[in-house]
Amino acid sequence: MSGDQTAALTEQVRQAAANKQPLAISGQGSKAFLGRQVSGEPLSLAAHTGIVNYEPTELVLTVRAGTPLAEIERILTEARQLLPFEPPRFDGAGTIGGAVAAGLAGPRRFAAGAVRDFMLGTRLLNGQGEVLRFGGEVMKNVAGYDVSRLLTGSFGTLGVLLDVSLKVLPAPEEERTLQLALAADDVAALLDRWTAAALPVTAAVHDGDSLRLRLSGSSRALDAATAMIGGQQVEAGSFWQDLRDHALPFFRLEAGERLWRIGLPPHTPPPNLPGRWLSEWGGRLHWLCSSAPIAEVRTATAALQGQAVLFRGDGDPFPPLDPVSRQLQRRLKAALDPNGIFNPGRMYPEL
Amino acid sequence: MRATALYHPDDTQYAFDPAELARRLQAVLPAESLIVDEAGRRAYECDGLSAYRQIPLLVALPETVAQVQAVLRICSELGAPVVARGSGTSLSGGSLPHPQGVLLALGKFNRILEIDPKRRIARVQPGVRNLAISQAAAPYGLYYAPDPSSQIACSIGGNVAENAGGVHCLKYGLTVHNVLQVTMLTIEGELVTIGSLAPEQTGPDLLGLLHGSEGMLGVIVEIVVKLLPLPPVTKTLLAAFPTVQQAGDAVAAVIAAGVIPAGMEMMDNPALQAAEDFVQAGYPRDAAAILLVELDGQAEEVDAQLERVHALLQEHQASEIRLARDDAERARFWLGRKAAFPAVGRISPDYYCMDGTIPRKHLAYVLQRMNEMSREYGLPVVNVFHAGDGNLHPLILYDVSKPGELERTEEFGGKILELCVEVGGTITGEHGVGMEKINQMCVQFSPAEITQFHAIKRAFDPRALLNPGKHIPTLNRCAEFGAMPVHGGQLPHPNLERF
Repeated sequence: MSGDQTAALTEQVRQAAANKQPLAISGQGSKAFLGRQVSGEPLSLAAHTGIVNYEPTELVLTVRAGTPLAEIERILTEARQLLPFEPPRFDGAGTIGGAVAAGLAGPRRFAAGAVRDFMLGTRLLNGQGEVLRFGGEVMKNVAGYDVSRLLTGSFGTLGVLLDVSLKVLPAPEEERTLQLALAADDVAALLDRWTAAALPVTAAVHDGDSLRLRLSGSSRALDAATAMIGGQQVEAGSFWQDLRDHALPFFRLEAGERLWRIGLPPHTPPPNLPGRWLSEWGGRLHWLCSSAPIAEVRTATAALQGQAVLFRGDGDPFPPLDPVSRQLQRRLKAALDPNGIFNPGRMYPEL
Repeated sequence: MRATALYHPDDTQYAFDPAELARRLQAVLPAESLIVDEAGRRAYECDGLSAYRQIPLLVALPETVAQVQAVLRICSELGAPVVARGSGTSLSGGSLPHPQGVLLALGKFNRILEIDPKRRIARVQPGVRNLAISQAAAPYGLYYAPDPSSQIACSIGGNVAENAGGVHCLKYGLTVHNVLQVTMLTIEGELVTIGSLAPEQTGPDLLGLLHGSEGMLGVIVEIVVKLLPLPPVTKTLLAAFPTVQQAGDAVAAVIAAGVIPAGMEMMDNPALQAAEDFVQAGYPRDAAAILLVELDGQAEEVDAQLERVHALLQEHQASEIRLARDDAERARFWLGRKAAFPAVGRISPDYYCMDGTIPRKHLAYVLQRMNEMSREYGLPVVNVFHAGDGNLHPLILYDVSKPGELERTEEFGGKILELCVEVGGTITGEHGVGMEKINQMCVQFSPAEITQFHAIKRAFDPRALLNPGKHIPTLNRCAEFGAMPVHGGQLPHPNLERF
């Protein structure tokens, strides 16, 4: 069974609210490893699928939350468009609702923006089982608080996403991959120079020895960019997809290693921590496979005004909140989910 | 000026001793930073929506974060409302004072604290003017992208509060896409930093929630914005069309061809005539509509896009296509567009500006319905349109001195907003709800949704002290309608360009 499951989902949430029964919300479970374990009755969005509205010339896609990312990509590709934030598909799976709830963007984040940057609207179930609509299908909308953006990255702790409306963008005419042998320290300054020249760099990853760049645009623009950047043009194959989905050999953890996602301000050299590094977004995002103690990684990252998320491996995944933010988040949770039934403890024990 | 009460009785039930409030504020602010006398307070009675006026109980002009903190703590303790204000250019009454409240004027927070060209960020105080950021960044080849047309005066704090747009948001996004971090004070006076210079991490997007929250969740004291490199090449096309429909179809065709222009603006014949009379921009007067299409970026990409756009405009029966030959001509193309509001102010004693946004495919239907209603109400409409992102600015022309015309205009305006909602759009794209459109919120949102908004508000401000009575209506007031009349084309900042 698939299609519009709003009625059944609403009924389940109302029952759970009446019984104060925690719910563990899931799509395809591809990101179940990320976040704390939730014990609750399963609330599955997997059958709540389908495109509600897609008109390429409006640059807007409205889709049910359980729709697989692969299906969305297929439909967008037919119309020569794409999801600009390039959400990962771990183990090849994942739904659009999960992508929004996790707020994770892939390599194109470097040029295009984050998941939240493309959120236009949502239809959701709040903790009382009310179906509410916020935002919409237009590019500019300042009526009411931006609840759809708020829910981006909330890991299902504030509401059940039923439908999401996203801004989509034209797919580039052509893509090329360049490889340059250079030191990690030189990457940020070079990328600054290239972006100042408006070169169409849409992904950049450094593995310790060399930099790979993805260029996207018209062939004329790519010729000019290639001439300016130099390096060697390489056949990318599935490289960018594998980077996005953590299917590269780099992401295979050795015994005792954890995978960290470390976000840093621009032009900040990474913390001095042992392990294997892969750096994206001009050094603003680092993947670190390390057996260093959790506290050491968090402390070293926080000292650089960065944030370390424990992506895979045992331990609390998200960095601790400051007291004021914690209080605001607790109150927001109570405002949307007064009985605390949605994914309790998924992000923090008290939320 | 409107005769009816602005604030609903639900929103003016604050019980505290005004004398005690004044006394306690005097103790924490220098004498010159607290305005008590009526003449002084009157200077703050309105913002860019001058038809709505309200003298505040007191005006506080703090200079330091510690002073703002002290003011908020006192208001929080006593239960007194607070309305934050930047430059006061809101077109929706967002910084209209509250009769029982403190008007917290943040104009003294006007320092750019840091331009970091290496990290491409600017750290600024909330009262800094939007354009001042780009001016300070220009020596480094950088700029701040969102460009609301009031940018020479409007403050960055107000831009965050309203999630301000501009003519280039099609490609470069709104304020919310260009702000990295906000430091704010809660109503209890707690300092909190939201967002990060590092890329966004997981967790609810509080920074997104603050944008467009109209000063109802906290008081911003510092903002870090993203700076972008100035584009190496910018080209602007002007195209004339025999019908508005063809112009609208051309816009859809450009997007369908995979081009996202930096800006794509439309004016209908009455609007371009008025602009031409006013500033002689050189617009073709016989066109039913004109489009301005701006492309920027890498030279080769801009050239490729320019060819494609040119061909598409021709395919859609453009009667004339001009490419600006130099910066001077480009500036002239934009001049008429940017002067559209004051230009309309010259041809009509009064006008009323709407800000609805619609899915572009409904443009023809919405324009046709507006024309029908225009005849029904006997009031002309002039259309200026952020065509790329579907944001309409219809201007209803009227004369306040004619009995009943203001009321008819308000009713007509309300109908236009309802029409926008009917076709799947919104009552406000970039000007905000404020006091002006608070009643139309009842058209766009259900009682359950409005109740949810109030619950979110209480999470930040449990006693509803921050900018009360705006943006989110109480369910009790969901039957009335607001307006934005502008007398004789005179806005409070007449020299500002407006869209």
